[in-house]
Amino acid sequence: MSDDARTLKPVDVVVVGGGWAGSIMAKEMTEAGRTVVMLERGPDRSTAGEGAYPASIDELEGNFRYKLFQDLSKNTVTIRNNANQTALPYRRMAAFLPGEGVGGAGLHWSGVHFRMPPDDLRLRSRVIEKYGAKFIPEGMNLQDYGVTYEELEPFFDKAEKVFGTSGEAYKVNGQVVGQGNVFSPSRSDHFPLPPLKDVYTAHLFRKAAAEVGFHPYSLPAANASQQYTNPYGVQMGPCNFCGYCSGYACYMYSKASPNVNILPVLRRHPLFELRANCHVLKVERDSTGTRATGVTYTDAEGKVVTQPAEMVILTAFQFHNVRLMLLSGIGKPYDPVKNEGVVGRNFVYQNVTTSVVWLDPKVETNQYIGAGGGGVAFDDFNSENFDHGPLGFVGGSPVWVNQAGVKAIAGAHSGGPPGTPRWGSAWKAGMIDTYRHSLRIDAHGANMAYRDVYLDLDPTWKDAYGQPLLRMTFDWKDNDIRMNRYVVDRIGDVAKAMGARNVHLTRREFGKPFDTRQYQTTHLGGGAVMGTDPQTSALNRYMQSWDVHNVFVIGANAFPQGTGYNPTGMVAALAYWAAHHIRTTYLAHPGPLAG
Amino acid sequence: MRGVWKSGLRLVAVALLVASVPGVGQSARAQDAPTPVDVVTRGEYMAEAADCGACHTVPGGAPFAGGMAFHLPTGTLYAPNITPDVKAGIGQYSEAEFIRAIRQGIRRDGATLYPAMPYPSYARMTDDDLHALYAYFMHGVRPVSTPVVQDGMHWPLSMRWPLTVWRRLFAPDPVVTLQGATARTFPDPVVARGAYLVEGPGHCGACHTPRAVTMQEKALTAEDGPLYLSGGGSVDGWRPVSLRGENRTGLGRWSEQDIVRFLATGRMPLGAAFGGMTDAINHGTQHMTADDQLAIARYLKTLSPTTPVKAPGWAYDPAATNALRAGDVSARGARYYVDSCAACHRTDGRGYPTTFPPLAGNPVVMDPTPDSLIRIVLEGNTLRATKQAPSAFVMPGFAARMDDAAVADTVSFIRAAWGNDAPAVSAADVARIRRSLSPEHPPASLPMN
Repeated sequence: MSDDARTLKPVDVVVVGGGWAGSIMAKEMTEAGRTVVMLERGPDRSTAGEGAYPASIDELEGNFRYKLFQDLSKNTVTIRNNANQTALPYRRMAAFLPGEGVGGAGLHWSGVHFRMPPDDLRLRSRVIEKYGAKFIPEGMNLQDYGVTYEELEPFFDKAEKVFGTSGEAYKVNGQVVGQGNVFSPSRSDHFPLPPLKDVYTAHLFRKAAAEVGFHPYSLPAANASQQYTNPYGVQMGPCNFCGYCSGYACYMYSKASPNVNILPVLRRHPLFELRANCHVLKVERDSTGTRATGVTYTDAEGKVVTQPAEMVILTAFQFHNVRLMLLSGIGKPYDPVKNEGVVGRNFVYQNVTTSVVWLDPKVETNQYIGAGGGGVAFDDFNSENFDHGPLGFVGGSPVWVNQAGVKAIAGAHSGGPPGTPRWGSAWKAGMIDTYRHSLRIDAHGANMAYRDVYLDLDPTWKDAYGQPLLRMTFDWKDNDIRMNRYVVDRIGDVAKAMGARNVHLTRREFGKPFDTRQYQTTHLGGGAVMGTDPQTSALNRYMQSWDVHNVFVIGANAFPQGTGYNPTGMVAALAYWAAHHIRTTYLAHPGPLAG
Repeated sequence: MRGVWKSGLRLVAVALLVASVPGVGQSARAQDAPTPVDVVTRGEYMAEAADCGACHTVPGGAPFAGGMAFHLPTGTLYAPNITPDVKAGIGQYSEAEFIRAIRQGIRRDGATLYPAMPYPSYARMTDDDLHALYAYFMHGVRPVSTPVVQDGMHWPLSMRWPLTVWRRLFAPDPVVTLQGATARTFPDPVVARGAYLVEGPGHCGACHTPRAVTMQEKALTAEDGPLYLSGGGSVDGWRPVSLRGENRTGLGRWSEQDIVRFLATGRMPLGAAFGGMTDAINHGTQHMTADDQLAIARYLKTLSPTTPVKAPGWAYDPAATNALRAGDVSARGARYYVDSCAACHRTDGRGYPTTFPPLAGNPVVMDPTPDSLIRIVLEGNTLRATKQAPSAFVMPGFAARMDDAAVADTVSFIRAAWGNDAPAVSAADVARIRRSLSPEHPPASLPMN
């Protein structure tokens, strides 16, 4: 392919993907004096364009015609539940919604902005310490990240300051300072902004959860509770709880996005160049195969172009990073039969179910109000915050009311409680009752990694550029189903304390396969994980390819297993962590950062 | 683009110290004695202080290649190419010819320039600064051979000779101007510097001082009386506010630091830039030194209110806020305000400074002439990014969503709420502004944050 390609002037760094990870890496590399070209598959996007009010708050266009999301007709994944099936392409947005265009998923995300719990970062070690190695179920590839919370703390802090994150701390420098999450580790500083106000349903949930004996806290949200200027000098407006976060560009400039929080500075930087509508086909390597020489991509006019570079940083969405590694021969592809190889290994999802609680008909729940990252959660059953010994499963789940603003079409889609007719006046009455008087509580659980859940290149299906699609082999496992069912029962306890008129608890069912037709979450992870053992990780703990040292891969692909939390805060911290080590060590001495 | 050329400029200037440079500054003058780097750099600074780029550079175009259109009632005027290109630009100008054009508005061929070129203000510029400015335009600007767009002025104003008559009647004699300026004394050298920058290169009065029927500014300096900078007639449909000390409609409640912040970033707690001031900040004031920004601020604060103060100063009145918060939208325009404006500017009218500007107590809102406010509501506005404030903010326009009566109601509400005391506007006022909207708006290029 590269033989026919037009070859451009070399640059220091090519960044593949214009989302959070790409923008952070590009910013850090320009700060280090490096020339950076950012290649983004989709179009350029801005608040003044996609976020222009009032056209931006069009639910049909945003959440049902998927204006900001990936064009699945050109490129998608194929999906199957197990290795005995033939995978088929995912052509209609449903279970997960990958982004496209400058800002990536960071433009259409909700805004929940967590730090990874310390125990999750070393989950294998922690489980063995507490319950013994035999506690780990057969076939579960439980691993540590190879990096600790203490090491990442400065970078969590930096990301929060860049994002303008709203929240309440529990401990700062070891001292209890507020009403934050009692299970959260100590921080070096407060959140840059105070927490968003509770919407009414979150307020009721907070009260009821505390009554039951749980420990509610305000969700950390990258939806600014006040106007804010970040360390780069860019400004955010304050959130007005309009509810148009997930699926939209925020017209108030109040939801953190690469477009609002980082790119205004990058775009003015003389060392930075953004090329939109450029689809990267492959990372090129030299004859030894151990060094990347640049990337080949299809530009906006469809011409194939090679961009030479000293470093290649893959910052595309989780599964695109994995696919690019497979297409480029970087790292050994995973073989589930032998449980060998690393690229495609430990593909994970998130284990989310949403239960519905109906309150007294006199109580208006005002679900149209909302902020994507706002709400109240409790972590009593997340991570290693509780004793798994008698329960017999690995993993946990935060529980929350994250009322992100239920809009008209979604409200109508929800209908009434189970058993409500699907048409006519009874449907209408049930739908209105649900919209006006109900609230939703999520069990936002972790999904563990398993030997037979993985990513590889599809043998049959190709994308618009003639390259094989990525194939997902995924299903739910009993361990994760048991965890979900245990936590959902706790939701039942809280619902009772809220004085629920009716409760519909949604539990994962044994034997019911993963269903791609239902939206669940876009929090996909793993597939090219970080770690300290090249036999079980594609990347070292600095996000560097074990095999090609001038390739760094930043994203949720690095998570060895799922987490109960939303991934963006961790991805941003890992980007700053990797950038720190690139700047302090790698640039002066290019080579493997871990041996 | 600007940065690239700027760094190029330094190289060029260094090269000029050693030898003449072919290809750059293709003028007769370029072959003369080398021009020291600091003179060219200082000249670039003067070009910024004099805001040359606001008119002579089109957005996205080559610096100083001209082409900016002025839609005046008398026709459309295009700013000429002032790059050192010999044919299309000013490459053939000697320094004396250049200085005559700047100070007196006389073209190299003797014709008179339209007074859109603020030569009555530039007459105040010192020899030293004009020398530097000439050095910059000859050696620091890349020649562009784009031909000058023909002026689109209607007859009889398309003729140049009446301009000469005008110039002789109304443009100041630069010798007298300079003598007058030198003779003035200021208690504070900072104020003296500010007076020079504002009255001279900054040519603030070109927009902010009212003009007579015959188009000359009614005052060119603070010495000329209280009409100076007391608010100008509409320029391109924008109404420049008073820069004097009026409490409600001028800068009476702006501190020195407020003004400095505004000049540097286009935003401060009491308001944000719009209209023509956007270009003035983008091309001009943001590039000035903090000392010069302070000098401008301190000088402006010496200007007393034009009319003796009768009404009490603006004070926040919570009545409208309380009504809106109680769900009372019975006041004229209140409903529109809550639906379309309050998300950013809030029911209390205080906005979220410096992100979304306040409407409560904002001089632009209380200006006797409502044109700017109506125009902003109709077509929206962009607060551009500056060096110190990299975020741009775009307010959407409401022309497509609101008819004239709705805009009139909304604007009237804003002008009367929270202690604001400006008179209501009519649907006819809105219709007049709507008719005047240029087809260039909204701008083709929107900020990308």
